[in-house]
Amino acid sequence: MAGTQATYSRKDHERAERLRYLGDIALVILGIVVVWQILHMLAGDVAISSPLATAIRAGELLGSANFWPHAGETAKALVYALVIALLIGIGVGTWLGAHKLSGAVAEPILVALYSLPKITLYPLILLIFGLGIEAKIAFGAIHGVIPVTIFTMNAVKNINRVFLRSARVMKLTTMQTVTRILLPATLPEIVSGLRVGFSLTLLGVVIGELFSSHRGMGFLVMRAIGLHDVSTMMAVTLILAVAAVAISSILLYIDNRLHRRT
Amino acid sequence: MNRLTLIRTVVIVAFFGLLEILCRTGIISPFTMIPPSEMAVELWLLIASGEVARGMRQTLGNVAVACFFAITVGFAVGAGVHAVPRLRRALDPFLTTYYAVPFFVFYPLLVFIFGMNNFPMIMIGFLFAVVAMIINTLNGLDKIPRVYRKVARMHHMGRTKTALLIELPYAIPNLFTGVKLAVAYSFIGVIAAEFILAPGGLGYAISFAYDNFDNNTMYALMLFILVLVTIINMSLHAYERRLLRRQGR
Amino acid sequence: MSHEVHARLEGVTRVYPAVAGNPPVHALGPIDLDLRKGEFFSIVGPSGCGKSTCMDVLAGLAPPTKGTVWFEDKRVHGNVPDGIGAVFQEDASFPWLTVEDNAAFGLRRAGVDAAEIRRRVEYALSFMGLKDFAKAYPAQLSGGMRQRVCIARTLVLQPRLILLDEPFGALDAQTRLLMGDELLKLWRETGATVLLITHALDEAAMLSDRIGAMSARPGRFLETVETGWSRDRDSRMLEGETFGHITGRLWQMLRSESKRAMGHEGGVA
Repeated sequence: MAGTQATYSRKDHERAERLRYLGDIALVILGIVVVWQILHMLAGDVAISSPLATAIRAGELLGSANFWPHAGETAKALVYALVIALLIGIGVGTWLGAHKLSGAVAEPILVALYSLPKITLYPLILLIFGLGIEAKIAFGAIHGVIPVTIFTMNAVKNINRVFLRSARVMKLTTMQTVTRILLPATLPEIVSGLRVGFSLTLLGVVIGELFSSHRGMGFLVMRAIGLHDVSTMMAVTLILAVAAVAISSILLYIDNRLHRRT
Repeated sequence: MNRLTLIRTVVIVAFFGLLEILCRTGIISPFTMIPPSEMAVELWLLIASGEVARGMRQTLGNVAVACFFAITVGFAVGAGVHAVPRLRRALDPFLTTYYAVPFFVFYPLLVFIFGMNNFPMIMIGFLFAVVAMIINTLNGLDKIPRVYRKVARMHHMGRTKTALLIELPYAIPNLFTGVKLAVAYSFIGVIAAEFILAPGGLGYAISFAYDNFDNNTMYALMLFILVLVTIINMSLHAYERRLLRRQGR
Repeated sequence: MSHEVHARLEGVTRVYPAVAGNPPVHALGPIDLDLRKGEFFSIVGPSGCGKSTCMDVLAGLAPPTKGTVWFEDKRVHGNVPDGIGAVFQEDASFPWLTVEDNAAFGLRRAGVDAAEIRRRVEYALSFMGLKDFAKAYPAQLSGGMRQRVCIARTLVLQPRLILLDEPFGALDAQTRLLMGDELLKLWRETGATVLLITHALDEAAMLSDRIGAMSARPGRFLETVETGWSRDRDSRMLEGETFGHITGRLWQMLRSESKRAMGHEGGVA
């Protein structure tokens, strides 16, 4: 039948399209590496190590026992900060989204806080929490909590009222309404908030490590620059960037899937 | 609207009032934080001494340069990429995950390469801001309904005229969102860079005061930066809202 | 009675080329159509039947795949001729311009002098009932008012053929009837030929001199119905018997086509 044939050709086409898309992405990555290599050739080994040398150094670092405690420190700070940001952000965001007046009062304040250079507050954090991991966690959480709050607030505020009316008509209990209606309806936006929150939390943690810290990946970068060890500095940066992009891509994938559903 | 502003003002004043009380009663120790009123007094003294002006000139100068290039380059790249759908599709995942990379880790490298001067700071500000402008340019151009291109053709308008007289004006509110973010991100980038490693500027002054246990200067400067940036950001935000409202969006 | 032909479609077909692995879509035709000078012609048909494609081809926004299009004895082939104005279903008012600047847009492009622009804009705005809103921005107006702005913007250019692609599609039923009355008034005053694309049978029956009923995709004319209304008609004719007859006849023709279109859409989309 003509119809079936058309579907087959569409499937083939989709596969070809997908392949071409992945090819294009590979080309972009290749382009980045090429630009990097050119920069390396222009600036020399003293300033920018070559992609290959950096990759080799990154491999060495990943295989060395000295590297992992620092990576672990950063990861631990990130996870704690993110959990705090999520708990507070979702809690406050739900309140601000459900209570109209509070939301209207708070929104411009949140927007203002979002675009502040929060780094200026870092000394305050250090004075409160000291020089340990707590300061980094607090600083990361401060960065992450605002986007999570804003996204949650908007998700709750814009929830389709018909859903809630349907829940009443179907005589759902409060618990059922929350788990069966509210949560699924707001989840896509909350995941978007988590994605943005993750990026900013990591930024906060790393800034914290670049300034007055003795452990973590940010510290490794600062120490390497003190030792004029360019390849280590770039290797740590590369590892951090690749890990960040990988995690963010996974979140983006989930985010897109959830949003396509609604 | 007015009631909201009133409540908001009350909330903010109450927040600073609470801080004041906590500091005055010693619940927050003076080694951690000085009362807001004292911050203001200290700031006044600093401004009078001309010390703030010097740092501010440097910081604002760097922000302005970073921001200018972020906006122009961001717009040009955004418009260029938008014209090539295949490139755009391939770049999309990179643009969306761009901000996941904690950019400041590049800063030491930049200082190492270019030396301790304004350039690395401007570069960080630029790198931090430019992608926001690119993303919002793409967004703005995406949102132009197709019917406008039909209208343009009914008026015998060519590609350039359509772009200048219809597409650009339609996209202005979204482009302005990009501008607003570019300004905010340039500030964040430049000040953070100054804070980490720099020859001068407001961020550096705070970090210097912190290292020398000069809490009075540190808090005065903090207050100054936060107020300055908030005023700038909120003005841009208000203008953006006006643009959006005028366009009914 | 002899009718001067204003625009003509001869054996017009439009096929959209294959995209993304989908087979090419035969959207329209072959159709033949003679638009008589000064008449009000409507095209009705099920959704997706190629009505809008037909209008795009006539306006010169899209070239026909086969066949020829004539407007005032000149060939139209994917280039917009002078003297044709179009209003679309989507709100296409310029949100960054005031109502009067919207209306003046085309005249300014054409380099008409300021006094003439003012005269024509003033006339068009008062005609469309927008005089009090001259300084307003479209965002401050309702959907119906915004569509009037688009009509005014077309009107000032004094088109001899006005194409309307479901201009009231997004409006509520009562507003649509009122807008229909204004459209008739406009048609009478300007003496222009009007081609209206619509999916609303009652709208077509009430407004038109002739109605072309189109089949499901690829759209072809099943039949052309003459209404025989007088030139000074308005929406009050809805009370009359003839109106019901015309609407009923149109529906009789289109019922099975619409069903076909529904099945069609379910299969493809």
